[in-house]
Amino acid sequence: MRHLLSAGDLTRDEAVLILDTAGQMAATQAREIKKLPTLRGRTVVNLFFEDSTRTRISFETAAKRLSADVINFSAKGSSVSKGESLKDTALTLQAMGADAVVIRHQASGAPHTLATSGWTHGAVVNAGDGTHQHPTQALLDAYTLRRHLVGAGGTQDATGRDLDGLHVTIVGDVLHSRVARSNVQLLHTLGARVTLVAPPTLVPVGVEAWPCDVSYRLDDVIADGKPDAVMMLRVQRERMSSAGGGFFPSPLEYTRGYGLDARRLDALPEHAVVLHPGPMNRGLEISADAADSPRAVIVEQVANGVAVRMAVLYLLLAGGQPTPAAGQPLSNRSAE
Amino acid sequence: MSTALPTPSDGGTPVVPPVVDPVVDPLVHSPTPPSGSPADPPESATATVVLGEAEIARALTRIAHEILERNKGGQDVVLLGIPTRGVPLAHRLAARIADVEPGLDAEQLVGSLDVTMYRDDLHQQPTRTIGATHVPGDLEDKVVVLVDDVLFSGRTIRAALDAISDLGRPRAVQLAALVDRGHRELPIRADFVGKNLPTSLSERVRVLLSERDGRDAVLIEGPAHESPAPTQGGAA
Repeated sequence: MRHLLSAGDLTRDEAVLILDTAGQMAATQAREIKKLPTLRGRTVVNLFFEDSTRTRISFETAAKRLSADVINFSAKGSSVSKGESLKDTALTLQAMGADAVVIRHQASGAPHTLATSGWTHGAVVNAGDGTHQHPTQALLDAYTLRRHLVGAGGTQDATGRDLDGLHVTIVGDVLHSRVARSNVQLLHTLGARVTLVAPPTLVPVGVEAWPCDVSYRLDDVIADGKPDAVMMLRVQRERMSSAGGGFFPSPLEYTRGYGLDARRLDALPEHAVVLHPGPMNRGLEISADAADSPRAVIVEQVANGVAVRMAVLYLLLAGGQPTPAAGQPLSNRSAE
Repeated sequence: MSTALPTPSDGGTPVVPPVVDPVVDPLVHSPTPPSGSPADPPESATATVVLGEAEIARALTRIAHEILERNKGGQDVVLLGIPTRGVPLAHRLAARIADVEPGLDAEQLVGSLDVTMYRDDLHQQPTRTIGATHVPGDLEDKVVVLVDDVLFSGRTIRAALDAISDLGRPRAVQLAALVDRGHRELPIRADFVGKNLPTSLSERVRVLLSERDGRDAVLIEGPAHESPAPTQGGAA
């Protein structure tokens, strides 16, 4: 694995290896001294073309806990706002010796371009591109699910195991959600069954080809499907009103049909957990009751995010650079 | 790096004549692949059994008694095995110590210490799988005995010392190794050694343990050009 661009690129074994490594990383984060010397001397650049404080802080924390040097590059107020291209930005970072580039970009596919163009030698980690992918979010969700639901309900060590047999329901704005796309692919790879629930207007074209079920009625899915986990997606208010695109009539109507409230929470199986990638709109897609209930693992997802990102940076950066003789084509480096 | 051979301190007879062969990958030494890595290469035809099951058992019993003697009992002792094969060895030592020392619980004596993230050679090798670290209780004012299967360059032990310092401040750290094959690259020596085994750098020392490999044995495999290409540069 040289880059992490899409959750769909991961095989089951690679995904389980990342989750296992994340488990060991999480164990080190419970210690008094959390910092490890593993990536000393390596440089990680957080290249954020889109604002995302929590993802950037999560990657920054992960890199710093592994003793890497971190450079934060925000497009706002930088030469990008003066019209610099992704290529020139990447060449500049390469000249500064970046070993890994964590990129968040509003254009779907920007990380792929960066990884395959030869503009940088470093590993590329996709931290969210457009409406396409957000693989580390899917990995941290899978890690959180495994911790709570696999291995006798989370009481035993789940190392080495996948999510076989679990039923996960993802509710909300699937159309705009890279989190949903990444999760469907990764959860399917790990053996879980996924049901997407959304208003018909928020289901993307071509969803039939995805390895998941689609429903328009949350209550039916909860009653019939008995999901082991419910993942609520964030609804962007400004995008949803009739002024912003009109995907549903009003926030109140969305809440009635698809919001997770105390009634729906009670209808879930006893062991089911509630996830949310954050930031939450309390009162819209999730009620305060549900967000603060003991079944909500939303705060834990944040902590798990650091462990998962540490695992990804470790697996991408710690090993020796593969040589072409070792059989791995380095087409992405030859263009340099 | 020095290629001089160490002098066997226990008078043990070298099974294979020590041939100084300066070339060879210094990292290839013993089969301690992290769990999840490719399987060990098949045993080569030139493999010589140096220690059998009975000898390994005897050596561990002796080390267990030496640990008790050196530390005047087992009250403050914590055995930390270094994955992969150091961990079962630490469990065996703990069981022997608990047998002769009344009031000690073998499970409370033993832990495992993964040193992968503290190694200084991560850049030179394929990515290693990270093993588990589990420490029974607090290390403060304890005597930590590191347990590993093969002591070679000493770099694993250096990493282990760093790892321990992040976990606490033990009163003392000691080192027990089933086999000391020499070729140290750092000023580190073992306090308890099962067998000093003078080797050439071109040879591989493999430790097999029944918990992991189905049988107990220590093997020396012949010079690299006669054995199958090693797939794993193990830790020392």
